[in-house]
Amino acid sequence: MQPPTPLQTAAHPMTPVSGRVLRRRWETDDTFTLDIEVAGGRPFPFAPGQFNMLYLFGVGEVPISISGDPDDPSKLTHTTREVGVVTRAMRRLRPGDTLGVRGPFGSAWPVSEAEGRDVVVIAGGIGLAPLRPVVYHLMRHRLRYNRIVILYGARSPEDILYAKELGQWSARLDVEVLVTVDRAARRWRGNVGVITRLIPRAPFDPENVVAMVCGPEIMMSFTVLELHRRGVASERIHVSMERNMKCAIGLCGHCQYGPHFICKDGPVFRFDAVEDLFRVREF
Amino acid sequence: MARRTPKTHTPGPDDAPMLLDVEGLGRLIALLAEEGYVVLGPRVRDGAVVYDEVRRVADLPVGWTEEQAPGRYRLVRRDDEAVFGFTLGPHAWKRSLFPPRRRLWRAERSEGDGAFTIAEEPVEAPKQAFLGVRACELAAIAVQDRVFMGGAYVDPVYAARRANTFIVAVNCTQAAATCFCASMDTGPQARSGFDLALTELLDDDRHVFLLEAGTETGRSFAARLSAAPAVPEDVAAARAVVARTAEALTRTLDTDGIRDLLFGNLDHPRWDEVASRCLACTNCTLVCPTCFCSTVEDTTDLTGAVAERWQTWDSCFTMDFSYIHGGSVRKTHRARYRQWLTHKLASWIDQFGTSGCVGCGRCITWCPVGIDLTEEVRAIRESADIPPHTTSANQAQAGR
Ligand SMILES: Cc1cc2nc3c(=O)[nH]c(=O)nc-3n(C[C@H](O)[C@H](O)[C@H](O)COP(=O)(O)OP(=O)(O)OC[C@H]3O[C@@H](n4cnc5c(N)ncnc54)[C@H](O)[C@@H]3O)c2cc1C
Ligand code: SF4
Ligand code: SF4
Ligand code: FES
Repeated sequence: MQPPTPLQTAAHPMTPVSGRVLRRRWETDDTFTLDIEVAGGRPFPFAPGQFNMLYLFGVGEVPISISGDPDDPSKLTHTTREVGVVTRAMRRLRPGDTLGVRGPFGSAWPVSEAEGRDVVVIAGGIGLAPLRPVVYHLMRHRLRYNRIVILYGARSPEDILYAKELGQWSARLDVEVLVTVDRAARRWRGNVGVITRLIPRAPFDPENVVAMVCGPEIMMSFTVLELHRRGVASERIHVSMERNMKCAIGLCGHCQYGPHFICKDGPVFRFDAVEDLFRVREF
Repeated sequence: MARRTPKTHTPGPDDAPMLLDVEGLGRLIALLAEEGYVVLGPRVRDGAVVYDEVRRVADLPVGWTEEQAPGRYRLVRRDDEAVFGFTLGPHAWKRSLFPPRRRLWRAERSEGDGAFTIAEEPVEAPKQAFLGVRACELAAIAVQDRVFMGGAYVDPVYAARRANTFIVAVNCTQAAATCFCASMDTGPQARSGFDLALTELLDDDRHVFLLEAGTETGRSFAARLSAAPAVPEDVAAARAVVARTAEALTRTLDTDGIRDLLFGNLDHPRWDEVASRCLACTNCTLVCPTCFCSTVEDTTDLTGAVAERWQTWDSCFTMDFSYIHGGSVRKTHRARYRQWLTHKLASWIDQFGTSGCVGCGRCITWCPVGIDLTEEVRAIRESADIPPHTTSANQAQAGR
């Protein structure tokens, strides 16, 4: 499946299109979801895993994954964690406020290739945002897949994203959802510990599963080790990479990762494409 | 060149190489100016040869040459009046195709609903003629053509400026000690990518330039210079001068299997060794004719009603370059030098189907501590303890 190409109305590919915030929801203390109307209500088709460059007037522009439903291009949804200058300005946006949008950019999670197989979605922290479109897709086309497992790790129960939706997904009999946190008060009755501990007991067939992994690089690296230990081959593991990005169109050079430009060859990579580099520190 | 529509052309006597004397060179400069080109060429300024506007032959570095060595550049007088008797200075032509700093757009926010409208900076692409482009520099322009115009996204500024650029190449009649174009198969003979090419022939009897055309536009200009036709002996003499230059090259870089060599040695101790000398000053990336990285600066005025986006050259040697939340990916000089060298000589091949190095030697000359990439590669090659192996890139291609 070819991912959609960017919406461009200007002459220069680094000129954003205008967007307007329709709705803001708080997911946690520092993470919020924005629904955005682009260019006066134009549909915004995208593939799960793609991202946009979001521009805050005079402040800066950052890459943020699309976290909405790929089957509903009528609205554009982003979930952002506040970590610095631009994301702080984004946090202050209210319904009616404007921002710039460029995209969608990048490669997609392999939802078509995964048809007929088990699927395990493994997310750490904000890494669930780029994977939520995958989950929406899997749910909507449930019959095309065998077993579906969602493994999610957060720092604490208060940091769990999309808590209500996770609850709905885990209530389904045809989806297995396992959540763990790094630390928790006594009230928490769920798992405590690193996400990799969920992998040995997750119900999927290692010979016939497609794994989609997104989270901090260190989390992805331990997750892949554990998947390998269970016998999942690198060709059926996919990861989403993160690097500094200034252009998202393969011209500024910032996102390079060995032979790859993460903005255009990624962010989603089949693991064997990045496996050797993954082990190299500071690359 | 690729973007210019070729004019119809009937082969005729104009096609033959010609001989231009020094006055004729002056006529060429004048003719280009007459046709509306800003003529840019080598000039001596602040003790170095740089590229700037030239109006007459006297503006060129007549009678100058230079001595280059790792970390060293010095202009010296020649004992003749050669016009192009030097090699390369710190400037690359890229500054005239990809400006070091440029406003991309300006946005204004309306008082009412806070919405903003964006006005893009008009693309400025003056007709410009590059005079004195060396073979390695032609290769560098071809490399940047692939970077900026060969992919899914085209840089509109580069493309527009490139289409309006007329190129007069000059074959090298001598090499600097830092040159290694032959190793990179880019020189010293200019083979393609020029409208006109000159080879300076200077001896006791004469001071002329062999003039050869590479495109229709070049041919039509040549025809208007009322130059004398060259005889085969002149062409042979010109080739001989360039062949002597090739023989005089002292520096070499063995590119055999270089991609796998470097990717197979990402943890080689040599990276620590070079990092102990490298200052991460960014000089090498600024002088390199193929380095293309840029960044954007988003700014506002004091009232907050007007915002601008500027694009500026950037360098992989800065800490900010790889910054992501939580810290830079490449914190150490080791990681940054390794990024630069592996990009130039290895991953560039995967990305653009060509090496990112054309062997101009600028990064060697202008490195304040004289780090020489040919030496770094040699050190790794001679002590490679990890055998070159199939790297991720091969597998990536297989997996795509
Ligand atoms: C493909 C991709 C998808 C992403 N998706 C999401 C998402 O869905 N939700 C989310 O909350 N975050 C996401 N991120 C991370 C997000 O881009 C950074 O958190 C953001 O750039 C931080 O900007 P800042 O100005 O607030 O932070 P500062 O720390 O003030 O950063 C300054 C500048 O550094 C760069 N930078 C800093 N952190 C990062 C980073 N992690 N990745 C790339 N560049 C960075 C940016 O240019 C930024 O403007 C994604 C990153 C990438 C590469
Ligand atoms: S890497 Fe050095 S020698 Fe090679 S093209 Fe760049 S400046 Fe010239
Ligand atoms: S290699 Fe030399 S020129 Fe390049 S950053 Fe290091 S010290 Fe500066
Ligand atoms: S973000 Fe600029 S090249 Fe990828």
